[in-house]
Amino acid sequence: MITQYIFYFFAALLILAASMVVTVRNPVHAALFLVLAFFSSSAVWLMLEAEFLAIVLILVYVGAVMVLFLFVVMMLDINLVPMREGFARFLPVGLIIALLMAIAMGSVFTAIYFNGAHLDVITPTASDVNNSRELGKLLFTEYLYPFEIAGAILLVAIVAAISLTLRTGRSKKTQDPSAQVSVKRADRVHMVKMKSEKKSG
Amino acid sequence: MITLGQVLILAAILFCISVAGIFINRKNVIILLMCIELMLLSVNMNFIAFSHFLHDMAGQIFVFFILTVAAAESAIGLAILVVLFRNRNTINVEELGTLKG
Repeated sequence: MITQYIFYFFAALLILAASMVVTVRNPVHAALFLVLAFFSSSAVWLMLEAEFLAIVLILVYVGAVMVLFLFVVMMLDINLVPMREGFARFLPVGLIIALLMAIAMGSVFTAIYFNGAHLDVITPTASDVNNSRELGKLLFTEYLYPFEIAGAILLVAIVAAISLTLRTGRSKKTQDPSAQVSVKRADRVHMVKMKSEKKSG
Repeated sequence: MITLGQVLILAAILFCISVAGIFINRKNVIILLMCIELMLLSVNMNFIAFSHFLHDMAGQIFVFFILTVAAAESAIGLAILVVLFRNRNTINVEELGTLKG
């Protein structure tokens, strides 16, 4: 099956990119591998017929959030050497924790109560069903109130990010618009009375 | 065809990698934020898989809201990081012990 192979390809790419994100030395490379992870997972979402969210993942995450990450990584002059000190020491702990989580989640898959096999027989969606339209219909009717709250959260995020990073104090060089507007002619121009000079000789 | 189990296993592997990443890179705040993004991605993948196989759009609505909140979270987190670096000149978690926690 061709779709099976495409899914395996993108899944392998996603796992490879994710493991590079957590192991790579340079934060810039980690951010770029995270971009690769977002791209491949958006391909998987496309195969699961979530077209709108796949596009949104690329536009919002790769286009905005990851650019923000890259910007911050490049703006901060980080000394990378002390960051890597505990890498070898914490590697076994991390692997053990990951293994424990894998066992826990695997036991859910193999439990007799969780039988997802009957879900796999799906009727394909009709070709005239528009994912974005269906999502929009739900979003603006049933989920209108959460949608407004999401907008408010984004507004709070904007205000918080700006007010956190806004520099105030002596180092700030800004214009004072009210002083600029209320300036008088006398503040700018000085009329000096003096005699006209005669040409010598 | 893709089965539900395959997508769930993929999301589980992704989640395990990001949990391991949080333990491995516990000095570097930027990588920690990236690991949180990966975790949210794996959770979103579960939501989308169930939405696809149950024919229920509510899962995709949830993913939409999770994406919104995650974007706000990473923006504020990075702003805090910038302020932290401006004040302390480091983002090493070991050296951020002012609160004596």
